[in-house]
Amino acid sequence: MLTMVQSIADAQRVALEADESVLLLGEDIGKNGGVFRATEGLWKQFGSERVIDTPLSEAGIVGSALGLAMGGFKPIVEIQFLSFITPAFEQIVSHVARMRLRSQGTFSNSMVIRAPYGGGIGAPELHSDSTEAYFVHTPGLRVVVPSSPFTAKGLLLGAVECPDPVLFLEPLRLYRTQKEEVPADHYILPIDRAKVIKQGEDVTLIGWGAMISLLKEADQLLLEQDISAEIIDVQSLSPIDEVTIFESVKKTGRAVIVHEAPRTCGVGAEIAARLSEEVIDSLEAPIKRVAGYDVPYPLFALEHAYLPSTDKIVRAVMELVYFQ
Amino acid sequence: MLINHLLPCGALTDDGASFWLTLREQEKLDLLRLLRSVRLFDRRMVLWQRQGKIGTYAPIEGQEAAQVGSAYALDKTDWIFPSYREQGVAYTVGIPMTSVIQYWSGQIEGCKPPAGYRYVPPTVPIATQLPQAVGAAWAMKKRGETGIAIAYFGDGATSEGDFHEALNFASVYDLPVLFFCQNNGYAISVPFSEQSASKTVAERAAAYDMDAYQVDGNDVLAVYDVVKTARGKQRPVLIEAITYRTGAHTTADDASRYRSEEEVRIWLNRDPLYRYEQLCLSEGLLDEDELIQEDGQVTKQLDRAIREVEKYQPNLPMGLFQHVYHQIPECLKKQQEEVASYADNGSIHC
Ligand SMILES: Cc1ncc(C[n+]2csc(CCOP(=O)(O)OP(=O)(O)O)c2C)c(N)n1
Repeated sequence: MLTMVQSIADAQRVALEADESVLLLGEDIGKNGGVFRATEGLWKQFGSERVIDTPLSEAGIVGSALGLAMGGFKPIVEIQFLSFITPAFEQIVSHVARMRLRSQGTFSNSMVIRAPYGGGIGAPELHSDSTEAYFVHTPGLRVVVPSSPFTAKGLLLGAVECPDPVLFLEPLRLYRTQKEEVPADHYILPIDRAKVIKQGEDVTLIGWGAMISLLKEADQLLLEQDISAEIIDVQSLSPIDEVTIFESVKKTGRAVIVHEAPRTCGVGAEIAARLSEEVIDSLEAPIKRVAGYDVPYPLFALEHAYLPSTDKIVRAVMELVYFQ
Repeated sequence: MLINHLLPCGALTDDGASFWLTLREQEKLDLLRLLRSVRLFDRRMVLWQRQGKIGTYAPIEGQEAAQVGSAYALDKTDWIFPSYREQGVAYTVGIPMTSVIQYWSGQIEGCKPPAGYRYVPPTVPIATQLPQAVGAAWAMKKRGETGIAIAYFGDGATSEGDFHEALNFASVYDLPVLFFCQNNGYAISVPFSEQSASKTVAERAAAYDMDAYQVDGNDVLAVYDVVKTARGKQRPVLIEAITYRTGAHTTADDASRYRSEEEVRIWLNRDPLYRYEQLCLSEGLLDEDELIQEDGQVTKQLDRAIREVEKYQPNLPMGLFQHVYHQIPECLKKQQEEVASYADNGSIHC
């Protein structure tokens, strides 16, 4: 039985064992095992040539990871918190995501950039933001979000095998909240698939990462009202598995998309747009978003008011179910 | 060359003895009171974190002299750009402790400086405050003001691009900005020897044709002296204060994972407060009883401050929306109403 953070450490151990070219780079990932212990034990096992404590420089980390990838290595980079990826933004959007195209397939840009993200744990300022949309807006880059210990390991190993660069977003709130059976060996889950995690008839609840547990809770409340919800874990925010989402909404006729990031131009907006383009005939009601408000993520005394909640989800579903 | 006025045992060096002669009694006593109060405050914060009264906290124990000594040399009109570990600076320049406690309790109100202060809210993303300090210094220069801007940061920050960009700008435009680095040995778990191949932070200044000082950061007199001198230059100066955080990086960190007890012990023997107390006691400035009495008063003030912060009532929905724009845009009104509706029906638990 592993927590998500343990399964992520385990996935990296398996990756380091399986492939000599895999390297880990990041701040405090070596001796300290990562500030969340997501690289616990790896520095001891593989040494400082493969598990590398870098200087405090995200642009340096990601830029040199790209050079390492071009030179034949497979970097797995840890950004300590997603909010601190911004110094590396230039490297990611201008180079990592484009090197395949710009070298016309000559140079590899294959790497995994791992970053814990999301709120709800009372963390200090700028430790809770969900900025996935910046990266989903960056063609060439894949964005993957696990929602459980089992999927975390399989998706992370899938990301490592992928020839494209993958931003792997780890929901902080789930790091230690669940334990589950995680196979000890190497296994891969497809990183380009959404997953229907519960079948239902009346409404499709769409989310990813930490929102999945919230959707499950909301589903229990909806059941009491005799409303049957289908739950989709998007997992792959980019490129998005729209077919799975379309099929579900065609069946239920209603969709509620839930994310922590601000509503405007969040990934929910993209999903809603695609639904309205492709399945409008099946819709019984407008598409709803339950999202963060269009304000900077608040300091933690107010985060409960900012975040999606089961109340907000249930209210949104009710509006759709009773839509005239 | 490391500038040192006060030895760990509390004896003055030759330079220290001359500097001591230039100080007024009030200054000597202020420094002592500030060092003691800041330590008390910091320890209280760690305790309050353990008791669940505040959130994750970044302690400053061991760095009090670097913070008090530098901040005491500043003027009310100077711009101050702190990192997140500058509670001693805040205390010294007169930021109310309720504000500092609020910040670490996740209350945005704690970011607001008192009227007339140019004390910028704590900066979390490493080194990003440095170019801003350059701009504030630039504004002062353009307006013909005589103050300076000071940016506080750690040794880890010197690896970020913003550090280099800021030093270059400051030097190119010859701006009155002090870059005050507290080299406390570690950036979380990474020792300075792995952070940087250059042996010191101070030597980086040469590349920008900038003045630099390296000072014993546990020596409040040397720090005060150096920052006063640097301030007077009205030019860019890089200051490296050699110090050590004797506690953890934050209350969420376990420092025993990356450094030895023996190393910590060495630095405990270089304690900034102890050496200055020894000096003051031997100079007959104060006696132990007076110190203990004053501690009691400070503790009482701190306890009042935390009680006040604990009374916090979340300001909803306005706390989320006001000050994001100068006026709340029309399209956000609906979101604001939504928050209000949840606050009213009690489903947002505070
Ligand atoms: C851009 C950025 N990257 C990473 C972090 C996470 N982080 C917080 S403090 C810290 C170490 C800072 O070390 P240093 O600059 O020496 O200052 P100290 O904490 O020792 O005062 C790190 C890596 C951050 N806050 N900002």
